[in-house]
Amino acid sequence: MKAAVIVFPGSNCDRDMKVAIEQSLGHAPSMVWHADTELPPTDLIAIPGGFSYGDYLRCGAIAGNSPIMREVVKKASQGTLVLAVCNGFQVATETGMLPGALLRNANQKFICKDVDLKVVSDNKYFAGSFTKGDTVRFPVAHHDGNYFADEETRKRLHGEGMIAFQYADADGNVNAETNINGSVDNIAGIYNEKGNILADAASGTPDKRRAGWHGRQSVFR
Amino acid sequence: MKARVTISLKNGVLDPQGKAIEHALHGLGFDGVNDVRQGKIIELDLGDIAKENAASEVERMCTQLLANTVIENYSIELLD
Repeated sequence: MKAAVIVFPGSNCDRDMKVAIEQSLGHAPSMVWHADTELPPTDLIAIPGGFSYGDYLRCGAIAGNSPIMREVVKKASQGTLVLAVCNGFQVATETGMLPGALLRNANQKFICKDVDLKVVSDNKYFAGSFTKGDTVRFPVAHHDGNYFADEETRKRLHGEGMIAFQYADADGNVNAETNINGSVDNIAGIYNEKGNILADAASGTPDKRRAGWHGRQSVFR
Repeated sequence: MKARVTISLKNGVLDPQGKAIEHALHGLGFDGVNDVRQGKIIELDLGDIAKENAASEVERMCTQLLANTVIENYSIELLD
């Protein structure tokens, strides 16, 4: 499998993503600059976490409109796998590849800790080492991880098995107490309808290489 | 022609920053404040452009970049 990591100015997790993919696949991904207009041949596109463009305007808004993202959207619609993590989730919603948007955390705090997530849906491309109903522990490091979707979109997410992860406790209970950031229905990660795009708000910034890569690696099938 | 775009979160979308401002105002004794919603203003200098073109141009800027219409409302003022 060939992989490419999109590199935006201001991002600080693109190299972490590179290391994770290298460890997982056994070879390094291509690093693709935001101003490029073509992707190398690739099976997986990773949109990393970080603070693209310093979160100016809205998190992910300027990155979502960068030249390379037009190509990413096109490839995704043709079935190329896309993994969007943390700021990458924000970028993906800004492009319209995924529904909804990410708001400031309800408690106004930057949240940096390991959290338990319930695996809500099975997927034929991602989440190879865990299945629906499992609980996984991922690191979170975000300030704007509060997923919002309107009522109609929420119904679609539930109805079409598009919810990947929900904030939960270690036993997989999903409730208001386990909702760390105010996300609707505790949503931490979603798929698109076809299942070839996975975005999650977890797996965050400084400590993921210490704590998270066991979880992150297992995202790849 | 200049334009001013005002962007705010839609009703029903949680505004944690507005809430924090509200709490701070209450802390200062402004008890009459029932609710606070915050947003942003973007001012654009559009040079020599006809007013009717400016309106549609700024509208396109809003939907493509300046506002995220999933969560935000925008309003446009054209300033001579």
